[in-house]
Amino acid sequence: MIPTEYYIFLGTGLFTIGVIGVLTRRNVLIILMSIELILNAVNINLVALSQYFKSVDGQVFAIFVITDAAAEAAVGLGLIIALFRNKETVNADEIDLLKW
Amino acid sequence: MLDYIWLIPVFPLLGAAIQLFFGRRSSNRAVSTVSVGLPGLSFLWAVGCFAQFLGLPESYHHVFLRPLYTWLPAGAFHLSNGSLGNLNVHVGMQLDPLSCVMMLVVTGVGFLIHVYSIGYMAHEGGYYRFFGYLNLFMFSMLVLVLADNYLMMFVGWEGVGLCSYLLIGFYFLRKSASDAGKKAFIVNRIGDAAFLLGVMLMVVTFGTLDFHLITKAAHSGQFPVGSGVITTICILLFIGATGKSAQIPLYVWLPDAMEGPTPVSALIHAATMVTAGVYMVARSNALYALSPTALALVAGIGAATAIWAASIGLVQNDIKRVLAYSTVSQLGYMFLACGVGAFGAGIFHLMTHAFFKALLFLGSGSVIHALSGEQDLRKMGALWHKIPTTAKTMLAGTLAISGAPFLSGFFSKDEILWQSFASPYGNKLLWVIGVGTAGMTAFYMFRLFFLTFAGNSRVPHEVEHHIHEAPSSMTVPLICLAVGAVGAGYVGWPKVLGGPNWFGKFLDPVYENPAMRPALEHTWNQEFGLMLFSVAVAFVGFFVAHRWYVKQPGIADRVAAAAGAAYSILLHKYYIDEIYDALFVNRVKDLGSAMAAFDLGVVDGGVNGVGWFTRLSARLSIIWDTWVIDGVVNALAFMVKLVSWPARIVQTGLVQNYAWFITLGVLFFMVYYLVHL
Repeated sequence: MIPTEYYIFLGTGLFTIGVIGVLTRRNVLIILMSIELILNAVNINLVALSQYFKSVDGQVFAIFVITDAAAEAAVGLGLIIALFRNKETVNADEIDLLKW
Repeated sequence: MLDYIWLIPVFPLLGAAIQLFFGRRSSNRAVSTVSVGLPGLSFLWAVGCFAQFLGLPESYHHVFLRPLYTWLPAGAFHLSNGSLGNLNVHVGMQLDPLSCVMMLVVTGVGFLIHVYSIGYMAHEGGYYRFFGYLNLFMFSMLVLVLADNYLMMFVGWEGVGLCSYLLIGFYFLRKSASDAGKKAFIVNRIGDAAFLLGVMLMVVTFGTLDFHLITKAAHSGQFPVGSGVITTICILLFIGATGKSAQIPLYVWLPDAMEGPTPVSALIHAATMVTAGVYMVARSNALYALSPTALALVAGIGAATAIWAASIGLVQNDIKRVLAYSTVSQLGYMFLACGVGAFGAGIFHLMTHAFFKALLFLGSGSVIHALSGEQDLRKMGALWHKIPTTAKTMLAGTLAISGAPFLSGFFSKDEILWQSFASPYGNKLLWVIGVGTAGMTAFYMFRLFFLTFAGNSRVPHEVEHHIHEAPSSMTVPLICLAVGAVGAGYVGWPKVLGGPNWFGKFLDPVYENPAMRPALEHTWNQEFGLMLFSVAVAFVGFFVAHRWYVKQPGIADRVAAAAGAAYSILLHKYYIDEIYDALFVNRVKDLGSAMAAFDLGVVDGGVNGVGWFTRLSARLSIIWDTWVIDGVVNALAFMVKLVSWPARIVQTGLVQNYAWFITLGVLFFMVYYLVHL
């Protein structure tokens, strides 16, 4: 039986890698992938804590998150294609349309 | 037919509409078929209406009214005497003996003149325009004589004035013609203004404008004889009549109106339109009966105009101008008759005059036509055998106007002269003037006749080749009118010569006035004697003309030379045009120049000043705007920019920066809680 802390550590590690990826990578595609890492870190936590508390709520929630992640990936990729068509780039630091 | 009496004016209106809208592309033949046919139809319809009118029972009181619709429902208002009136002006027709006579004269003589115009105008430009205007004139004149109230009469009155203007200025490329048209229009406007004032005064006095209601009010005894307001109305109406019917002081337009084509002179300026004033005075006889002052004025002006114009006519050299002054003079006769209360005699003369004066004008037109446009009597002569039909019909007209016994002019003129002598409103001076005018008339008419048709030819050689009798479209109307000029008087064959005076009896119901002074008693001998005397005077006129212009042609020039200044004054028409120019026309022009100067200096100056001031204030406003208003706004914006600087620099628009802030914020709070818990 693997102790729950290990899972928490794994989740924290994955989450940190994902956050660093979101904050530092220029390519929007990579940022999207990093977001997937964050979501999966959360999933690991949910499943681990579900095991810990002997409740299936967390696992059910994890299924929702996976579904959500799929939808998010689809929308995100669509946005990236639309963005590329308009701006000829997928680099996050070249896109500052949010200003004004 | 009487129910459709409104068709009589509508036929020519239709013709006018067709010509003026579509005539330009039509052939002359099509134009004359429509525009002569429709007045002809009008004439036939008028004859039918007349026949039916004669058959009406007595209970109609000799007045047939045919209201068509309410034109101006003006509603209730206070009359000048304080009572409540209710004015409704109708468009309607009134047929009584007086309008019967006018209707038949206008349509009959008018139709003949239309026929004549086919030949006369054949080689002129604007054929369709001429006939369109002529038909429009017929319409207006028929509205004038068939109207049942003063306002509708005024519509016709203005309509004929317009057509007169259009037709006098028919050859509008010639300056003299367009000037003459303007003169006629403006002089008439003076009279028309007075007429309109009279109509307004009638509205507030009687509360109605219908002829039969006003006549009833005048007969009712509500207004005493000599009533001030009635006198004012009568005088205002008469001023209107002096304009339209060319009486002193407004007669000056008629001689100039001869610039129009000759059929126009015959129709408008001899037979019909200029008699509208006489008709209107006769129509208002119930009012004039209440005002001896106005009657005296009418008689005085009439007599003065008669002899004044006749004296000018003695020496004029333009064939149409002689006839024009003759017309003015004869119209004076008609007013003289109305002024002495003999309205019937005035209308009788109006009718006979329509025949012989239209005939004389058309005859002179035929002469002018034969001489390729020559109007100067000094360049005519010896035309008797060259244009025999014209000459014979002209002779009939000349005899009729001179008062040769048993021709139409004789009956009507003698009736007027007798009335001016014998009527309770007449006096001997009026009779003397009338007889003097009769002598002058005979003289100048025979002078015209002899200078044209007798003596030696003074026609230039190149013109002489082209002399030809007019086509039958011109001679047939001449013959018809000559028959009228000879025979039209028989309907009024006077009692003194054993006749029935059917015409007088027919018109009498129109002139039954309780306010009229009773006729004076005179013997048959007196009347017959005066008649003989006036015939003798006319014969003297003829005899002098014959002697001066046929037997010893040189004598006229010697008389003219001997008369010197008097002759010159007559030849220049008493310098009336010059005097009017100096007194009125040039004063009005001066006023116009002063107005123009005022306009340029003060009004324009004011406007320009306002413009300049606006520009100045606009410039100041620009300065204020740029420096003060814009300055404040810019300063405000600058302050906002300054204050917002810290907020602005974090707004990079880069999504990763925002993510950094979020992450750092979360980390900060985590650390904070870890430290404090």
